Amino acid sequence: MSEMKTAAYICQGCGISDRLNTKQMVQIAQKEGKMQIVREHAFLCNAEGVQMIRDDIEKEAVTHIMIAACSRRAKTEAFNFPTVSMARANIREGVLWSQPEIEAAVEVTQDMADDYVRMGCAEVKKMKLPEGTPNKAQNKRILVVGGGVSGLTAALESAEAGYEVLVVEKQGELGGWARQLWKRVPSKSPYTDPVDTGISELIAKVTQHSRIKVYLNSTIAQTDGAPGRFQVQIATESGATTTEEVGAIVQASGFTSYDINKLPELGGGKIQNVVDQAGLERMLVAAGGQGGALRRPSDGGEIKSVAFIQCAGQRDESGKHLPYCSGHCCNTSIKQAMYFKDANPGIDTVVMYTDLRTPGMGEDFYRSAQNKGVTFTKGKASEVVTSGNSCDIKFKDLILNEDSSIQADLVVLATGQIPNSGVNIELAEAAQGETKPISILNLTYRQGKDLPQLKHGLTDSHFICFPYETRRTGIYAAGPVRRPMDIAQAMEDATGAAMKAIQAVENASLGRAAHPRSGDLSFPIVRLEGCTQCKRCTVECPFGAIDEDEKRYPVFNESRCRRCGTCMGACPVRVISFENYSPDSVGSQIKAVDMPDEFSEKPRILVLACENDAYPAIDMAGMQRNVYSAFVRIIPVRCLGSVNTVWITDALNGGWDGVMMMGCKHGEDYQCHFVKGSELANYRMSKIDDTLKQLGLETERVASFEVAITDIARVPQLINDYVAKIQEIGMSPMKGFA
Amino acid sequence: MAKKEYAFYPGCSSQLKASAANYLVSTSSMCKTLDIKLTPIPDWNCCGASISYAGGSELSRLVLNARNFALSETHLPGQDMVATCAACWLGARESKEKLDTNAQLRADANEALKEAGLQYQGKTPVRHMVEVLIEDFGYAELGKPVVKPLEGIKFAGYVGCQTNRPFGIAGESFENPLYLDKLVETVGGEAATQYEQKVTCCGGALAFSETEKSQKQIKDIVESAYDQKADMIVTPCPLCQANVEVYQSEINKKYGTKLAMPVTYYSQLMTVAYGGSTKEAGLDGHIIQPTKLQEIADKPAPAKK
Amino acid sequence: MSELNTSTTEKYHNNFLREVEENVEEGEWVKMCMQCGVCSGSCPLGAHWAHPPQELFMMIRAGKREAVLSSDSMWMCTSCYNCVVRCPRKLPITGIMHGLASYANKLGMAPKIQPTRDFSLQFWKNCTRTGRVNELRLTLGLYFNDGLMAGIKKGWAMRNIGLGLLKAGRLNPFELFKGHSCKDQQGIQAMLKKAAEIEARRKHSTH
Repeated sequence: MSEMKTAAYICQGCGISDRLNTKQMVQIAQKEGKMQIVREHAFLCNAEGVQMIRDDIEKEAVTHIMIAACSRRAKTEAFNFPTVSMARANIREGVLWSQPEIEAAVEVTQDMADDYVRMGCAEVKKMKLPEGTPNKAQNKRILVVGGGVSGLTAALESAEAGYEVLVVEKQGELGGWARQLWKRVPSKSPYTDPVDTGISELIAKVTQHSRIKVYLNSTIAQTDGAPGRFQVQIATESGATTTEEVGAIVQASGFTSYDINKLPELGGGKIQNVVDQAGLERMLVAAGGQGGALRRPSDGGEIKSVAFIQCAGQRDESGKHLPYCSGHCCNTSIKQAMYFKDANPGIDTVVMYTDLRTPGMGEDFYRSAQNKGVTFTKGKASEVVTSGNSCDIKFKDLILNEDSSIQADLVVLATGQIPNSGVNIELAEAAQGETKPISILNLTYRQGKDLPQLKHGLTDSHFICFPYETRRTGIYAAGPVRRPMDIAQAMEDATGAAMKAIQAVENASLGRAAHPRSGDLSFPIVRLEGCTQCKRCTVECPFGAIDEDEKRYPVFNESRCRRCGTCMGACPVRVISFENYSPDSVGSQIKAVDMPDEFSEKPRILVLACENDAYPAIDMAGMQRNVYSAFVRIIPVRCLGSVNTVWITDALNGGWDGVMMMGCKHGEDYQCHFVKGSELANYRMSKIDDTLKQLGLETERVASFEVAITDIARVPQLINDYVAKIQEIGMSPMKGFA
Repeated sequence: MAKKEYAFYPGCSSQLKASAANYLVSTSSMCKTLDIKLTPIPDWNCCGASISYAGGSELSRLVLNARNFALSETHLPGQDMVATCAACWLGARESKEKLDTNAQLRADANEALKEAGLQYQGKTPVRHMVEVLIEDFGYAELGKPVVKPLEGIKFAGYVGCQTNRPFGIAGESFENPLYLDKLVETVGGEAATQYEQKVTCCGGALAFSETEKSQKQIKDIVESAYDQKADMIVTPCPLCQANVEVYQSEINKKYGTKLAMPVTYYSQLMTVAYGGSTKEAGLDGHIIQPTKLQEIADKPAPAKK
Repeated sequence: MSELNTSTTEKYHNNFLREVEENVEEGEWVKMCMQCGVCSGSCPLGAHWAHPPQELFMMIRAGKREAVLSSDSMWMCTSCYNCVVRCPRKLPITGIMHGLASYANKLGMAPKIQPTRDFSLQFWKNCTRTGRVNELRLTLGLYFNDGLMAGIKKGWAMRNIGLGLLKAGRLNPFELFKGHSCKDQQGIQAMLKKAAEIEARRKHSTH
């Protein structure tokens, strides 16, 4: 690359020059920032201003530019110079709009703008233009694991979009659970009657598709590689193994029905006339439909009454059964009650529920069942016993608040879905449970064989921002493996996952990141000669992107990487960096500010704000003119996970009075865009107290905050409260030693 | 010829010397000003009200109303049937809906009506006087004849139940209907817009049979009007008017309260604002005197500009 | 147990829901209740119902015939229609309550001492006698329902109200002798008689 030539541009527009001394900012860029070209412009983002910058790039061979104007989140189309490195000093939202237009604030407002110019100049000189990974991977084939409704839909959608697809199904036939159903819950108006499952047509479309190849009786023996270059070993029943290369994977491994034998108190496994929902479907399929023609399993007698017990072994608070709701079962029982009512309205059907939950257009379906004479009883069943050839259901009537009982010839238990998630990689081998789960993907990843789970064994997918997105880039979860659901939801899910898989192979082929930094060409670069093989990066990477070689050095798989920088934050010897984001690019900004002395009454608070939520929230606070303290200097970070503790210690040693870290919510209902980033940062910062004590500083000088993108009113308050607290504690004693 | 003509269904309470006689008087005065011609349906009968359910079967109650429709269609063809009483309007509308949507019931009703030499044809819409005022005239039009704005009087608009539910006035919400407040403002009065008991039930017919429970309701309705600093309550329903006015003395005895909140009809407000006298507005028909309104009525009307 | 009650019980073999659907005005709506309880929470006299509407619907489905029909709950309905406009399932709850009360009365299962029932019966009698309500007779009839002495006592207690209305021109003492009435009383009676006949015929033919 050619020699660095720097330029700074100070915009006067949007009222900047009305309230700020831009001449002074120019001088700072020249003298302190040491920028080779410095220009002011009245309206930098207009065609003329942009052309001025372009001319400098072309004619003056400028390679690094610093723009002091609006937030980096604004005017991204105007300030789009892909051939140079660029830093943006946030003068408009971050200074002008967030500070009051009063005489008393003039000085501190100018201080703020001057510092942001210093920081921008410092940052850009530490940046390099990302060249993109040389390891581009070109395979665009999509592997679908599982041949049920979800898998078949994902396969068909991908194939229809023009991609080659492989389907691997462990059974000898496609169709999964849907093939065992007599009818399904309707997904089209008028939502009044059970409808054909449509599974035969779906299977036919998949098997006849020219771009889809199906492996039956097959499992995945091994998955190696990364998006665009996964090497997958497919084991067939005979023991033979075929290796296929694919670009992305959709895991639609479905669910297993909760074992009815675990519900003996409700007659499960004990009473012949007690079946689960799947059992009833099997009876109907065997009988060729017609609920009215079904016979009692115990004696072949006529079925005159059927009771459906909802939440059987679900939504359980005792810890014995499933704690969650499986979502589909109310609609399923309604459908099954209709099997009987439609065939013979004289058959009594009772659905016993505690809370009827009918997602989708299920409310119409529910109403239709009521119209057909299905009775709904709000009650909780405690016991089912035989009574002759019939069953006696003991229950608590939740409306009348009394113990009661009803009789039924057939009892159907609405049991739940258990996700087929494979191995829980966070548990030791011994702790996997009674029946050791079989791995679905057999990943060779350092972090484990299968996709990470969140809770209740469900495969983790970013429920709030990016459904289907797992913690393994290029591998997408669809259907009940990530959340209990019905056919309609599974089909929608599968379509979404297919689209994600397509994005993944396209991005991988260009060497670009998948979202949330989609299009990013930077990737982690490790200076191996400085590496101490501590393995923190390989352990902490939320996406399993880093494996280890035999000497325990990290091996980066760029297309698995999401560019969050968690590895960079983790590295104790700071050998991991990105071309345009590094310990130095942030560290130099921290050191660049003009630090007022101890007696100035001008504390300096460093805010490290997540670029996904906290930084936009602060920007929007500015847009709404929500004033916050002029003593903060805000630096956006890719994720709190990328925050290296060296930044904190550098700041404190350099005389900063406090550090605020703002990241996304972590924990079970996390909102972190990189899943684990904010959690890891929180964990690392819990250890910073010792460092502070060594420096003789109060522990309050470093604080973490969870900030959501909606916290537009709250974030200025957080800042002001924290600044007040620091003012109470007093100025840092470290000033002047740096 | 009058501007508008309607087949009038006054109902049992709005007859001379009946409990809502003053509603009838003020309605007549108001209509005179607005040039509305109300022709009583010849030989109309009771609607059965809601309360007759235990005695009257479904069809008997239906034919009572069908008879009124048939009479209206026969004698006053082309005119909308208008009721002033909430219960009459509700009873009639409910019956009409059944007759118009259930062919069997309609055939049965006509079979019975034949005994009285009548037939129901389903031609006549059934409307409440408030609908006529708002839909056929509109607030602006209703404001034009005002000569004595009701300045200095704050009214709690007590809409009650049956003019509000289940049919209500088009465009109004069941939980917070605003038409009474708008009418009050139209005639220059101040509306207690935060009156929270405006759609609370006064007990209806159960004021007779469940006196304690109903009087508890009425107490809330009146006290809330006091809370809003209202001078009087205004209502469109004769049973609401009677219950809320008449039982205040009983409530005072039982609870030791000093309730004396006048309860008026919108038609009385309009009559007074239009320059009508105390007598024309039926203001002489109250147990609790609406003094502030009477004072305005007794003032001479300002000279015409 | 009344004869009608006995024969009905036999006919429906304890299927009370079907009995209600076929015999109670608006009864076919009972099955559509989704047990949200908004009706119960919306009733002005809700606290006084032993079984609010939501519960009555549940009891009907559970076959609690005796408890439902002998309850005085539905007699608490003031016909305010608050439950009707709020019901997310659009059940005509007021109508169903009236229907249940009326049906219970017909079977002789309604509570013996029920003032609203008495008032309802008197109102119907009163308004159909001449075609129009005689307010004075209606009121006095209610007072004297429990006997002469009770009537005098109630009348005395309410004398101020009566006098007030009299003074206000809203009560006519002569109504006791000759009140408002329709002209074609004969036609009205014939019409009502026919209606009763038709209903008897329908019940007979459909059930």
